[in-house]
Amino acid sequence: MLAPGRPKPKPTPETQHFWDGCKQGKLLLQRCGDTGRAYFPPRPFSPYTGTRNVEVFEASGRAKLHSYVIHHRPVPGFTPPYAIAVVELEEGPRMMTNIIDCEQTPEALQLDMTMEVAFTPLDEEVTLPLFRPAKESK
Amino acid sequence: MIRPGEIAVVGAAESTKIGAVPGMSQIMLHADAALNAMEETGLKPSDIDGVACVGPMMPQQIAHYLGITPKWVDGTGVGGCSFMLHVRHAAAAIHAGYARTILITHGESGKSRINATPRPPEPEGLNGQFEVPYGPFGPPTLFPIPVLRYMKERGVSHEDLAMVAVVQREWAGRNPRAMFRDPITVDDVLNSRMIAYPFRILQCCLVTDGGGALILTSADRAKDFPTKPVYILGTGESVETNMVSQMEDFTSSRAFRVAGPTAIEAAGIDRSAVDHMMIYDAFAHLPLYGLEDLGFCKPGEAAGFIREGNTRPGGKLPLNTNGGGLSYTHTGMYGMFALQESIRQMRGTAPAQVPNAKISVCHGVGGMFSASGTVVFSNEKP
Repeated sequence: MLAPGRPKPKPTPETQHFWDGCKQGKLLLQRCGDTGRAYFPPRPFSPYTGTRNVEVFEASGRAKLHSYVIHHRPVPGFTPPYAIAVVELEEGPRMMTNIIDCEQTPEALQLDMTMEVAFTPLDEEVTLPLFRPAKESK
Repeated sequence: MIRPGEIAVVGAAESTKIGAVPGMSQIMLHADAALNAMEETGLKPSDIDGVACVGPMMPQQIAHYLGITPKWVDGTGVGGCSFMLHVRHAAAAIHAGYARTILITHGESGKSRINATPRPPEPEGLNGQFEVPYGPFGPPTLFPIPVLRYMKERGVSHEDLAMVAVVQREWAGRNPRAMFRDPITVDDVLNSRMIAYPFRILQCCLVTDGGGALILTSADRAKDFPTKPVYILGTGESVETNMVSQMEDFTSSRAFRVAGPTAIEAAGIDRSAVDHMMIYDAFAHLPLYGLEDLGFCKPGEAAGFIREGNTRPGGKLPLNTNGGGLSYTHTGMYGMFALQESIRQMRGTAPAQVPNAKISVCHGVGGMFSASGTVVFSNEKP
């Protein structure tokens, strides 16, 4: 369970499946029916072509560290310094996240290092898709 | 199509004071700047028939407070470059005949927070669901998110990003209204307090109070005013995403690549003709993105362009000559102050005046690369 005080996301009808998936340990993306390309954040149509013909699928959970900042000031629910990161999923889309099981330093956080999803409960209702360095990369 | 030089800025003023202005609420900062702009043009509120300002301050609040009955309003709110978009929309409205004399205002009690706008969290919004839970806390944690990727792809160093702040402080040293004027070195920047790696406090904008106002009319009416007209040659605008994590490319802003070239092409100018430039610098990386995305430098060359002195006093492309958001002022929506400096340079009244400057490009960013607006000005009618 994460430290209390962290802002809690509130699902909408268009994103509920994503958060339900996180709770079940599944990273659910969507795929455009016209192009086959995956996209994020969730919406019931394709941002590439506008088609409503889309499907939900389970992503591998593998990603690469795309960019980040390391915040040095206190924020409720966080202990500085902590990295606010963006990972690029193997399927293409990027998402903001935090990195766990890793020193929050520029030396430890190398761009393009391999990451894997680490589902982490925020509370009894919401689980966040955080990421950790992939085991094989250690 | 609107022609280059068809519309002119005849009034341009900042609030009487900027920096720490605890004696004025947010709406009065709008009004103070508007009154200053009307005073220099000899206009009264009853002469104004169009009003633009950026939400959360709505045009009806400003119009009523100032006693204006507008026939045209614009409340476009896309962050700190909203004023560039207001200029563009106002020019189109004057061209279309919807209004003759348009007032654009800004006021923000960013530092003193007097009647400032609260920013409530929206846990159901896409930002609230997919960014906020990971601990970003305001622009210093969000705007620099792409920087490490930019540095890796472009081969840019921490010293390069420190140099942006050093050069702008050099300009600020020539501007008595700038909040920070003492010279700084690359070492000073790299030893200043860490805010959100890779950025330290001297690479982050100020937080101040202030306001600004512009008055636009058709160029054929501009001669009726006592001020030196500044002509609008071209404008551009675009938006991309208000989630920085979802930018298409972390090394380049799509909104910049649309707005900037649109304005330059509309102006019908060659980039080599540009004498002066403003690029909204909420943080130290923005001038690099702006120089590259607007085509003044090739990708990867902007850092060297700044390092070699091209943007400093005496350089071939003077940039952010008021000291910028890093050293002059930054209320939260700095775009109005970038526009004010372009107007001063075109009027020949800037504290750090670029000699014989005839064309100025003013480029704005809004909301962590959400949006962009660009205006090309000249003191000569084409």
